Amino acid sequence: MRIACPFCGERDSSEFSYLGDASPKRPNFAVDSPNSPAEIEDAVFDYVYLRANVAGDMREYWYHGGGCRSWLIAERNTVTHEFKSVTAAPGAGAALAGQAGE
Amino acid sequence: MNYSIFSLLKAALSNHQGWTRAWRDPAPKKHYDVVIIGGGGHGLATAYFLAHKYGIRNVAVLEKGWIGSGNAGRNTTIIRSNYGLPGNTGFYELSMQLWERMEQDLNYNTMVSQRGVLNLYHSDAQRDAFARRGNTMRLNGIDAELLDQAQLRRELPFLNYDNARFPIMGGLIQRRGGTARHDAVVWGYARAADKYGVDVIQNCEVTGFVRDNSGRVTGVETSRGTIGAGKVGMAVAGNSSRVASMVDMRLPIESHVLQAFVSEAIKPLIPGVVTFGAGHFYVSQSDKGGLVFGGDLDGYNSYAQRGNMPVMEDVCEGGMAIMPMIGRVRMLRQWGGIMDMSMDGSPIIDKTPIDGLYLNAGWCYGGFKATPASGLVFAHLLARDEPHAEAARFRLDRFRRGAMIDEKGQGAQPNLH
Amino acid sequence: MSGYTETQPLGRTATADGRASPDRSSAANQSHRLANGGLIDRQAPLQFSFDGKSMSGFAGDTLASALVANGVKLVARSFKYHRPRGIMTAGSEEPSALVEMRTGARKEANTRATTQELYDGLVASSQNRWPSLRRDFMAVNSLLSPIFVAGFYYKTFMWPAKFWEKLYEPAIRRAAGLGETAHLPDPDHYDKAWAHCDVLVVGSGATGLSAALAAGRAGARVILCEEDSHIGGRLLSDGGEIDGMPALDWLRRVTDELASLPNVRIMARTAVFGVYDGGDFGALERVNDHVPQPAEHQVRQRLWRIATRRSVVGAGAIERPIVFPGNDRPGVMMAAAVRTYINRFAAMPGKRIAVFTNNDDGWRTVEAVVRAGGEIAAVIDPRGKVPAAYRALADRSGLRVLPGQVVDVKGGVDGVRSITVATGSSTQNIDTDCLAASGGWNPNVALSSFHRGRPTWREDIAAFVPGVSPPGMIMAGAANGDLSLDACLRTGHAAGAMAAAETGAKGKSGNAAKAADEAFAIQPLWQVKAKGKAFVDFQHDVTASDVTLAQREGFESVEHLKRYTTLGMATDQGKNSNVTGLAIMADARGRSIAETGTTIYRPPYAPVAIGALAGHHRDQNFHAWRLTPSHHWAAERGAVFVDTGLWKRAQWFPLAGETDWLQSVKREVLAVRNGVGFCDVSTLGKVDVRGADAGTFLDRVYINGFSKLAVGKARYGLMLREDGIVMDDGTTSRLAEDHYLTTTTTAKAGPVTQHLEFCRQVLWPELDVQLSSATDQWAQFSIAGPRTRDLLINLVDPSEDVSNEGFPFMGVREVMLRGGMKARLFRISFSGEMAFEIAVPARYGEAMARNIMKAGEPFGVVPYGTEALGVMRIEKGHVAGPELNGMTTASDLGLGGMASKKKDFIGRIMAGREALMAPDRQVVVGIKPVDKARRLRSGAHVVPKGAIPGPETDQGYLTSVCFSPVLDHWIALALVERGRERIGEIVRICDPLRNEDYEAEICSPVFYDPEGGRQRA
Repeated sequence: MRIACPFCGERDSSEFSYLGDASPKRPNFAVDSPNSPAEIEDAVFDYVYLRANVAGDMREYWYHGGGCRSWLIAERNTVTHEFKSVTAAPGAGAALAGQAGE
Repeated sequence: MNYSIFSLLKAALSNHQGWTRAWRDPAPKKHYDVVIIGGGGHGLATAYFLAHKYGIRNVAVLEKGWIGSGNAGRNTTIIRSNYGLPGNTGFYELSMQLWERMEQDLNYNTMVSQRGVLNLYHSDAQRDAFARRGNTMRLNGIDAELLDQAQLRRELPFLNYDNARFPIMGGLIQRRGGTARHDAVVWGYARAADKYGVDVIQNCEVTGFVRDNSGRVTGVETSRGTIGAGKVGMAVAGNSSRVASMVDMRLPIESHVLQAFVSEAIKPLIPGVVTFGAGHFYVSQSDKGGLVFGGDLDGYNSYAQRGNMPVMEDVCEGGMAIMPMIGRVRMLRQWGGIMDMSMDGSPIIDKTPIDGLYLNAGWCYGGFKATPASGLVFAHLLARDEPHAEAARFRLDRFRRGAMIDEKGQGAQPNLH
Repeated sequence: MSGYTETQPLGRTATADGRASPDRSSAANQSHRLANGGLIDRQAPLQFSFDGKSMSGFAGDTLASALVANGVKLVARSFKYHRPRGIMTAGSEEPSALVEMRTGARKEANTRATTQELYDGLVASSQNRWPSLRRDFMAVNSLLSPIFVAGFYYKTFMWPAKFWEKLYEPAIRRAAGLGETAHLPDPDHYDKAWAHCDVLVVGSGATGLSAALAAGRAGARVILCEEDSHIGGRLLSDGGEIDGMPALDWLRRVTDELASLPNVRIMARTAVFGVYDGGDFGALERVNDHVPQPAEHQVRQRLWRIATRRSVVGAGAIERPIVFPGNDRPGVMMAAAVRTYINRFAAMPGKRIAVFTNNDDGWRTVEAVVRAGGEIAAVIDPRGKVPAAYRALADRSGLRVLPGQVVDVKGGVDGVRSITVATGSSTQNIDTDCLAASGGWNPNVALSSFHRGRPTWREDIAAFVPGVSPPGMIMAGAANGDLSLDACLRTGHAAGAMAAAETGAKGKSGNAAKAADEAFAIQPLWQVKAKGKAFVDFQHDVTASDVTLAQREGFESVEHLKRYTTLGMATDQGKNSNVTGLAIMADARGRSIAETGTTIYRPPYAPVAIGALAGHHRDQNFHAWRLTPSHHWAAERGAVFVDTGLWKRAQWFPLAGETDWLQSVKREVLAVRNGVGFCDVSTLGKVDVRGADAGTFLDRVYINGFSKLAVGKARYGLMLREDGIVMDDGTTSRLAEDHYLTTTTTAKAGPVTQHLEFCRQVLWPELDVQLSSATDQWAQFSIAGPRTRDLLINLVDPSEDVSNEGFPFMGVREVMLRGGMKARLFRISFSGEMAFEIAVPARYGEAMARNIMKAGEPFGVVPYGTEALGVMRIEKGHVAGPELNGMTTASDLGLGGMASKKKDFIGRIMAGREALMAPDRQVVVGIKPVDKARRLRSGAHVVPKGAIPGPETDQGYLTSVCFSPVLDHWIALALVERGRERIGEIVRICDPLRNEDYEAEICSPVFYDPEGGRQRA
């Protein structure tokens, strides 16, 4: 199985490590957030622990630790293992810009 | 028909024409007191204990394929109760005790074989962690022994003591651990439950839930029609999230593929179960002679029931690291099962927030050894609406409360447990 | 080029060097060798032995063909009943003729005689028998067969309960298993390699060759894999005519053309065993199994990972047996195998051969026997009439053709003597020593089904054909149900051309070769219903009555059938038995075969040696070694090394005369505490954090703040996981306004770097911050002890001020060393002594170690290892791995006060959950024994004094233990329930594993210099 890293090209999956579902968005709460502590805990709990765990297409995080150290967002099917797309995480863009010669 | 050497001899006289179905093939009824989704070991054991211990016999077990077609028939058959954390320790020991009397309870030879489970350690730190766990076991009345290298050499002379990348320094052994014949467990529970009148219904896939105005679950939609239920219990392992999604519920669970392998049958080589502490490999030898072995998860969410080459290679590398004499033994078959990996590596047996719906999930790759106790405590929960004493910590809300049972200390990262 | 296998052209098989002159007597001794023909090299006789008996064969033989040529019928015993068995097939699907190959450490079990190439000096023996193959004591099982039916284990052996492990199971285990494998480490080497291509062609019969040629001509990069030693597939056995020339001539022409194409690679002896995601195939090349042992520096086998865009599978079909009483006797063979032995190996499996076939293909065996001058005892064809194409043959040869069924086979351990044929209501006995049987052909759908695609039933050929294949795979020829030679040539060519075109190849594929399109007609016959043991799975002794018993007991699903009877679980994985078994099940249930379906096909297609899957990753090379920059210097000094992750670290440095590790470690600790010592700490993870927002970034990942840390200062930091549990700790130094250097523990260097990159790239891409791992770039040494400063003065340039005022505690700056090299100097202490860590580029690490030794010589500097490092951190009460166990919170570690209340950070909110804040949590404390002579051990548990040890009273355990040289007794850190409230309390320490039980006192975890004056000195 190979993963098409936007920076490095197609590489064997053994160069990558897996984090999981990219759908949950990390909530941000300042220390002086007006939300109630229970609300805050619920929101973070949801982000940290609950998963849709879909059987089908899923957006997920992969890390190219054996290569360019970029975090990637892949769209992959959890039933067939087929990769539909692989894109760079937003903050990997600096490297992308570098590659484009900017 | 009772199974015994006498019934077998008698049947032989009539050329075995007299045997009848081990369990019936009933059509689903309109309504059951309890419907269990999932005809694996856990679901069938639950039905058995509901009928046998709690007197609830109007029970159906619904299986989308053939019973035992999921992880019950895909695991590496290891049984053990060598856990280190409160909640797990007692529960798995309850399970071990049920294993020890299973054949007599079920009148079915499930080939429970207590040939020992040995965890090898390769560093002082690992020895210390094993000592802590072994002492926990001993304080709970569970057998455990810490062996040093000299003792190990006497018991298992074939390990790679002298040329291993990570030296084999000793091991923690639970001699009551061992293996059981996985399919037989499924068939044994099905047959025993069936005797009490439980309907084991195969080729019956649940496609949705029936709920009343209050939101309470009152039945299930299936490929064989609607079936009403007083209570519905889910015991569907890797498919937990799929079934939960039918009631819009998300769980602290991810589904991952775990591979297992078996070699060609060879004459006895390895007496018990051996696990490698510095790599991903564990092995036992089946009564038939095949080496049954496995290792780590493939690592990504999967419902595919098959794995890839890197893990197969990784596992065999681990095997060769500690047992370099298996190099010429051939791997015969590989397969994968879908593990319901929970966020702390421990199971969840609890009511759900939805009335009438009960959850038994999150077994990671430890579900097989838990089969009898899982059935017992889930039956208790379904019958009494309160957790069994030995499952009191397996609550769904423990993640919200921060009361995780995390043996590996990996946190909310299911593929690391 | 490595990896290419030189494929020997037909009939020109290589022989060993210094080959013997043709030995006419060896051929004469081969009682069943034909005088002419075959693809063997009669100029190259080979000696071999089976069960100690010397025999001869020729180069080009397999062990099986050589045994056939020598008239050997009895080769093996079956798994359960120990029935005598012979050679059944001529391929890798062989279920019966399994042997133990070689001796000593190279002894291997279960090798198929049908795939083992003969070599001079080959030693093989039969297996699973005692005391001998002819007189096997375990054949007594056959007498018990009325009891040993499918599933009998499950019904008995239950009383008395204790007897299972003690009596029944050990007996079963001893009896089970097939061959014996060596109990010594495998002395051979194995290799792994990658190959990449556009089109992978599996199988080199008419289909595969046509596909490879079409794809190769078009310009695609092609790999053609063949499991056999010879290219050609069934062309080698069946001959025929292609494009107007003998098939073998065509074969030679095609292989020559393929060999001439630079974009085509032919790999013989290479079995493709699996297809995995993304077009990866696994293949096993048997590089040196055809020689006694690999030459020096050569591998036995090589595992190929072949990455391809398209694949054409021309894996052919496997002939299936018919189930009839006695169908397992030695001498009952597959009809096509008989043909193979005659045509390819010039070995006649019998003197008087009977053929039992329900399809036209079996008649080709009749033809082959007649053409080779053999005698046909009879042809039994239940269809009742001779197929049109063979009428002339039947007439010409005066064949005895019987429209019936074989209902019994009589014989002994040496094989078939006669068969009983029922035609209508009459039966007759026919003398024969070989029965060639054919029940039809099963397309080899395995590769197409490994992604769980279910095969579909095709009525006209009475066989399953591929269903949905994995992406990019085209099934062709017989594997796809196209059983005629012409169809194989045509569909193989079309598949090759299509696959090439799909990968962008633009060249012309030319035309498909042509052959006469012979008819294939079959009338299904799965089972002859007659009295007697009729086998479905030959190796596992599963009979037709076992299948119907399973059906009666409700094991009707094909998977239940398999698991209950073990049908299809033998080493052939059901290649010979599955379809037949499920057909019998379908019949018993009154359902169609299509409805009944097949079991799931699972890789590998053919078994693969575990050694090959491991490759070089064994023994010391299991995982890579990471060496510290001063490793060689430490080794020179005789350091004892310890594995920490992949690192080899110096654990202690024994001196001459020291006999015990504790003696060395005590000396090292006291040397540091009283003088000066140093230790290589390069293994700590180092991450460079740069950018305008570097401080903000660190504020968010650590519980304490770093944005306000002054330039030139270091600070200890603690980071949590999102779930509020401690992830890691380490010091972070601010080297410049926008430049921090953060360190991690050795174990967490990788995971923390990954986590920080996640935070930067995914969570907060808006921050101006860049990370780079610097772990391997720096050699870092901790220099510790009251004489550290004296040592440093000898090390750094005289212009550098390293006084307490000039370089205070937690100060950091770049310094000039004597000799003019720059280094980073950190005044941080893990030991509790006045200490500095000095970092230089990694390549100077070894020189630095020597320089520190030199600079410290006047002060008696000693190198110390990880053990002394650990002792001093325990004395000082610093937490490390055993406390940072993935379950502890900052507060558990006594570090809760570090958490900033002014900022958010990762893990803050989840750390506040009720159970993580509970007052009865286990927290870090110190433990000292009441009896000061008492040794403590990690992993011992803590219970209240006077309590009965048990789950209710278990309150914690010792996490880190050492002998404290300064206190002169053992001490420990422990996690204890409400520990901080219980300082001074005497508790009971229970260690049942090691049979220890004693009292100890809970104390502060800081055993040494609690005020911290020494590190600030």
